[in-house]
Amino acid sequence: MSGELAIRLRGVVKRYGPITAVNGLDLDVPVGTCVGLLGPNGAGKSTTMRMLTAQAIADEGELEVLGFRLPEESKAARAQCGVTPQLDNLDVTLTVEQNLLVFTHLYRIGRAERRDAIERALRMANLVDRRDTRVDKLSGGMRRRLLIARALVHRPRLVLLDEPTVGLDPQVRQELWALIDALRAEGTTILMSTHYIEEAQRLADTVLIMSHGSAVAAGPPAELVAKHAGREAVEVYGPAARLVEVEAEAAAAGFRTRRTGTSISVLGIEGVDGRVPDGERRPANLEDVFVLLTGEEID
Amino acid sequence: MATATRLGRLERPALTGVLVREVVNFSSYWRSATFSSTVEPTIYLLAFGFGFGSLVSKVAGYDYVQFVGTGTVATAVLFSSAFPAMFGTFVKYQFQRTYDAILAAPVDTEELVTAEALWVATRAGVYGCVPMLVAIAFGLEPSWGMLVVPLVGFLAGFGWACFGIAIAGFASSIENFSYVISAVLTPLFLVAGTFFPLSKLPHWAQVAGELNPLHHCVELVRHAAFGWHGWTDLARVGALVGFGFATWRIAIHAMSRKLID
Repeated sequence: MSGELAIRLRGVVKRYGPITAVNGLDLDVPVGTCVGLLGPNGAGKSTTMRMLTAQAIADEGELEVLGFRLPEESKAARAQCGVTPQLDNLDVTLTVEQNLLVFTHLYRIGRAERRDAIERALRMANLVDRRDTRVDKLSGGMRRRLLIARALVHRPRLVLLDEPTVGLDPQVRQELWALIDALRAEGTTILMSTHYIEEAQRLADTVLIMSHGSAVAAGPPAELVAKHAGREAVEVYGPAARLVEVEAEAAAAGFRTRRTGTSISVLGIEGVDGRVPDGERRPANLEDVFVLLTGEEID
Repeated sequence: MATATRLGRLERPALTGVLVREVVNFSSYWRSATFSSTVEPTIYLLAFGFGFGSLVSKVAGYDYVQFVGTGTVATAVLFSSAFPAMFGTFVKYQFQRTYDAILAAPVDTEELVTAEALWVATRAGVYGCVPMLVAIAFGLEPSWGMLVVPLVGFLAGFGWACFGIAIAGFASSIENFSYVISAVLTPLFLVAGTFFPLSKLPHWAQVAGELNPLHHCVELVRHAAFGWHGWTDLARVGALVGFGFATWRIAIHAMSRKLID
């Protein structure tokens, strides 16, 4: 199966009135990999996700999911996809098990396999003891796990996770990472949108950075870091006026810099001595790339 | 690598999936739904039946209680179809985002709308019988024709359910429903021949009444209880089928606009 694409987008454009949410996007998700769609709010990640289930129809471009052309053959593609939405849409007055039961029907699992599918999903989400609990009595983390497990009842070949850990505590987020990682280990193809850099770095084989509706960079996280931010960075702290100076000096010396709120990071300083300002040295990371490529200002 | 062929329209597994969701959910709220769908028309029946009934004993050749008892079946059908469809659809779309989850599964908007309408229509067919049962308790004579009443309720209920779904599809906020309830549903509900016969109204109002689907429902239920009127009744069934078909297509159109960007 290697080399085959689970998702293939070419030149996809989606407009909402005067706003172009997705602007000529190309995206490849090879079978068996986890691809992270990384970008600031409003970069077009959610619109892209909605187009993959034909809940938004592209104005231009080609979309293929699991070999099916969208939007015409979307239903067949959806039958083999699992989708976790950004906003919780569980049936809150139903129990955990009832929620899963409903989805075994929506995903057309035969009567004989329904029981097993529900048990497997309960185990994956670690909710076996909570099967009879009403959803509105679950904690935020449990609800998220259920939301993901619900998308897995039919053993989908492709899983779409839209901001799977948005708004959750760090502990809960780590639990979900373990769940997603287990899925990855089983060989399920995953496309995950996120604006948490750490999430993309930990889980994604390749990352596609989106800004203003199009891809600005794509590749394995480590390669992206090496290419755009170098190996090492130095972080300089100080009063605002000092930071402006450091920025200007670094730029004059040919370094790339980025603001980190309270400090300035000077990037790509490995192997260069003398001209480097004093500060805390650290390895360059995906966040450096993200800010470099998507801009420092929030629109 | 496509392992399944392109799936068709209005597939049974998709309809079943949506219906199962409704049935399972119903187990958590059936008490309140049953209460509001049955108690309200029963109150109308008792209030009008005995209130007016003490002033007028016979209307259009029937005892007034029997006249109203059969008429309020249509009221119950309306209350248990148009209203839940309007509010339920809006809530599931806007607040619970249920439809986002369903449409991410192999279910299309057409199937979603159809299944939702079938479910609401089924409930309307069942709840519609309640006022008739109450009327039987108060002296309405049971007849074989009454066995058709749930089907009439289902047919009319399907049209009203689709009407409600379409309104929810077109409405930008839940407050917009007030316009529809005040300007459309209340007049249709009052001028349907439920509480007074249309035959005593001016000619133009009688013609208008024939355009009211609820009136056809009232007449069919009454004739099911007291005797069929041949071709006229068949034409009324045809009118309800036409009403259901038109609102069904409009509802699908409205919801597609709303759900698919």
